[in-house]
Amino acid sequence: MRNPRTGWLLLSPTLIILIVFGFLPFLYVLFVGFHEWNIFAAQDGMRYNGLDNFRRLVFDVDFLNSVGLTAKFALFAIASEVVLGFFLAQMLTRNFPGKSLFRIIHTFPLMVAPIAVGAIWRLLVIPGFGPVPFLLDRWFDIEYLIGTYPDQALLTSVIMDVWHWTPFVTLTMLAGLSSIPKEPVEQAKVDGANRFQVFWYVTLPFLRPVLLTTIFIRIMDAIRTVDEVWMLAGGGPGTRFTGIYIWRVVFPRTDYGYGSSISIITLYLTIVLCWLLFIGISGQGKDEVE
Amino acid sequence: MRIGLRQRIARYLTTYGFWVFMTLLTLIPIWWMFAVSMRSRVELFARPNLAISRIFLENYSNVLGDSSFQRYMSNSLLISSANAVLVMVLALLATYALSRYKLVGKDNIFFWLITNRMAPPAAFLLPLFLMFTRSFRIGDWTLFDTQLGLILLYCVFNLPFAIWLLKGVIDGIPIELDDAAMIDGAGLFGVLRHVIVPLAAPGLAVTAILSWIFAWNEYLFAANLTSVQARTITTALAEFVTVTGTNWGELAAMSMLTLIPSAVIVVFAQRYIVMGLTFGAVKE
Repeated sequence: MRNPRTGWLLLSPTLIILIVFGFLPFLYVLFVGFHEWNIFAAQDGMRYNGLDNFRRLVFDVDFLNSVGLTAKFALFAIASEVVLGFFLAQMLTRNFPGKSLFRIIHTFPLMVAPIAVGAIWRLLVIPGFGPVPFLLDRWFDIEYLIGTYPDQALLTSVIMDVWHWTPFVTLTMLAGLSSIPKEPVEQAKVDGANRFQVFWYVTLPFLRPVLLTTIFIRIMDAIRTVDEVWMLAGGGPGTRFTGIYIWRVVFPRTDYGYGSSISIITLYLTIVLCWLLFIGISGQGKDEVE
Repeated sequence: MRIGLRQRIARYLTTYGFWVFMTLLTLIPIWWMFAVSMRSRVELFARPNLAISRIFLENYSNVLGDSSFQRYMSNSLLISSANAVLVMVLALLATYALSRYKLVGKDNIFFWLITNRMAPPAAFLLPLFLMFTRSFRIGDWTLFDTQLGLILLYCVFNLPFAIWLLKGVIDGIPIELDDAAMIDGAGLFGVLRHVIVPLAAPGLAVTAILSWIFAWNEYLFAANLTSVQARTITTALAEFVTVTGTNWGELAAMSMLTLIPSAVIVVFAQRYIVMGLTFGAVKE
């Protein structure tokens, strides 16, 4: 009755679209990455140059800086989001009237287009009429110019990311917290554990899979961040993340070969990072439960 | 008793105080944008002030009356809606196949699906750009700068999550129901129409809604794979800053208009947002 051929037929439109628009581009990047190909170069077309692009990449200060900046950005943003999100989720486990309204408002930034998030924050920090530079100058005598000071630009990007994505962590943590059985917690309290011990030895192990999944997804997204930071700072100092750097090499400079090899390395780094986390989620989690 | 009551009141006050504070943190940036959208160019450069002194709608009427903005808006609506419908239909078929048929390498296909979403989009800009401008060409027509191109492309990141989301839903429908319908003489599409679709309706709706918003929000591909005809609202926003420069009031007005669908979706599909963003790995 259930012929596998029918199954493949049902699956085929999906596979065709994903292969044409997902997998073929990947193969193409892989191919171009080993060639020298620049539209503005003296000779026309592609020229095979082996690993030259990758050799160049290792000494490319701009690229290495962009990786460092992306890592810094991801680290600061995700760490703050996890701590804050956990705390907020804890606050949402209590019952109080009006809770769902607060929750809806708290969720709102998640669905806002990244480019609009960038616009919102740009309007806040723009020198001349934004309230943030004005108040910082007035209250703390700080000169705040994200176009000039790289650290301020990076910090602003982190804060913007925290504003945008903390709700996500809150919601996943809330889902994790509400699935924790009550008995072990009660038992630990009866045995005389203090609040911190209950958290460290009971809540955290139970929360671990959700926590790691959340971090996994956040890392994936943080590495890909381009839109909102581009909108906020226009690729100014302190915000030249890898995604923006690739765009710069490929489009304004039309250095297709080199851009492709950067893409491959970025993809590779992402996959390795995700794979390590994936092992963290599936492997270690199991050991501890058994 | 009195102490207990006092403690409870204190607890309520701290809880509310905290949440009111958090709500302000969430809303003040958006409120500021709203305030900017309500001001003329001259008023903007006065001292920053969160209060809105008068209703000033010129920014909105300028934006809404602009013919290229109307085109951006209708493009965005068309692309998001068509993509949502396409994703819903294809994901339904694909998930049904993955759930009910014995297919070789099913689990690998499943894992491969998710990798399509992991990739940094900037890495794929170049090949897609070249494919769109050169490979897909019939005479003078290319996929570059067409709505169709974006509709198909957005499937790449919407289909994986849609299938992950629907997998749980369709696996939850007992296979006996399919069999019973088949014994009654229903064909494959009869089963889909009379058994699967009605029972999976909420899941399908969520899939469509979230696909819609992801397509609506997308910027990077839209910006680089279109030029005039198929530009979307997010690219218009970005262009405002880089090209036209300083018309902040209109930028704010346009951003406010972009936010409307997000607000609607948060109110109506709030419970499913997390499932959509985590491939169903975290359920609420």
